[in-house]
Amino acid sequence: MPDAHGSTALSATGGTGTATRLLEVEGLTSAYGPVRALDGVSLAAETGRITAVLGANGAGKTTLLRTISGLVRPVSGRVVLDGEDITKAPVESMVAKGMAHVPEGRGVIAELTVDENLRVGSLFRGKVDRSEFDRVYDLFPRIAERRNNAAHTLSGGERQMLVIGRALLAKPRILLLDEPSLGLAPRIVAQIFGLLRQLVDSEGLSVLLVEQNARSALSVADVGVVLNLGKVVVTDSASTLMADEDLRHAYLGF
Amino acid sequence: MDYFVNVTLTGLTQGMIYSAFALALVLIWRSTRIVNFAQGSMAAATTFIALALIQAGQSYWVALVVALASGFILGAIVERVIIRPVEGGPELNAVIVTLGLFVAIQASIAIIFGSSFQSFPTPFGVRGLEVGDTTIPLTPTSLYIIGSVLLVMGLLVALFRFTRVGLAMRASAFSQEVARLLGVKVGGMLTLGWGLAAVVGSLSGLLIAGGSFVWPAYMDALIVFGFVAAIIGGLDSPVGAIVGGLILGLALSYVSGYAPRGSALVNISALVILIVVLLVRPGGLFSSATARRA
Repeated sequence: MPDAHGSTALSATGGTGTATRLLEVEGLTSAYGPVRALDGVSLAAETGRITAVLGANGAGKTTLLRTISGLVRPVSGRVVLDGEDITKAPVESMVAKGMAHVPEGRGVIAELTVDENLRVGSLFRGKVDRSEFDRVYDLFPRIAERRNNAAHTLSGGERQMLVIGRALLAKPRILLLDEPSLGLAPRIVAQIFGLLRQLVDSEGLSVLLVEQNARSALSVADVGVVLNLGKVVVTDSASTLMADEDLRHAYLGF
Repeated sequence: MDYFVNVTLTGLTQGMIYSAFALALVLIWRSTRIVNFAQGSMAAATTFIALALIQAGQSYWVALVVALASGFILGAIVERVIIRPVEGGPELNAVIVTLGLFVAIQASIAIIFGSSFQSFPTPFGVRGLEVGDTTIPLTPTSLYIIGSVLLVMGLLVALFRFTRVGLAMRASAFSQEVARLLGVKVGGMLTLGWGLAAVVGSLSGLLIAGGSFVWPAYMDALIVFGFVAAIIGGLDSPVGAIVGGLILGLALSYVSGYAPRGSALVNISALVILIVVLLVRPGGLFSSATARRA
């Protein structure tokens, strides 16, 4: 039974125990009218790790990210980023605090060019050295070729690369990604997840990843959190979740 | 031939004014998806401020600068205080608010400045330029109108294309939520956008008033032409607004110059042009609806 895992808010860290909790969510409840999309959710994303939040459509995954970044105001609960309570902080201030949220549907600004999209991502930092843009283009050569094209001409995979590149230009400590795999070919998903892993391992970036595609997400994540109907069902290391056949069948659909 | 050139130049000059007014509407539509029905009376208010300064002995140019600056302030205040609460709500709320504002400002002008006809000066003559023995039907006033609208449009293009604030304004206009997530202070950008739009609208009001009479409702005809121009252009496209204004200005000038009883047909011609454009290209000539949907 999946319930045997309990619904502890603590994340399993695979025994290393040295990771710090960069982003903490405590008892978060968000509602749209009478409907509770999140019901007392607690979880943590640790420094230098990929934390995957999994669950079916309507489990509350997108609402979770939107509440963390302030687009949705919670009914109760707290969001703490590196010790600072940011529950009531304005959305516009989050990126300067080190949190970059790539929203559902990717959030490409279709009318702007690729290069302009990147520039918007770094506007809040003031003058940014051109070499930082070159670095993003080095990571994603495919969008480099199209830097002066309007963003609406990009394919789904290119758009995903653009928004991740744009988020990286904000120099975030934690990246919030909402369904990056949606609508992409498996090969592109593997490529993007592989790159995320690389950024996390080599640069100490932290990622809170929301995914319906649990198999791909668990293959790249360190920690998995399973949401169902707005509640945390289980939190454990990605490998443990992957090995739990009952849980996979019940909540993850594979 | 002289007559044709004359009619064409008149059309271009009027068209530039329609373009400016249409541009003001488009700037606001693009950023907030609101059609600002109060644009005309806001412009009239700033024209009356200019007139009061001129009557108090100030020069036309001082009055112009003060009027444009007060247009900016008025636009910014209207957005921040009156529009902000209805932004993002049902579209009809915003429509009713701007219509109410239109009436309220027009009535305020009548209360403060009176409702009688008053003449508004023009800084330049309306006689054609003389080169040798021939008179070119291009008056200094036309040159001033065309030049000042082009200058303001050029400054706007430079702002949007080449500055960080311009990029932030465009990002806010196209996608408020994404801009916010990227750290752009969207509210401030919308206020700035309304202020700038009101400056352009005020300019059109001052130009159409020059050498003519003003009264609280003197902008009403220009509102209709400005709307038609903006819709011809697609309501979404600044370039479309400018082209739409010029097309309308030329067409109306030809109608009034050549058709029998032409001047009586001007208003109805504007609406006929509007209907034809909407039948042929429902999104307007420069609509970017397909790009938006992608």
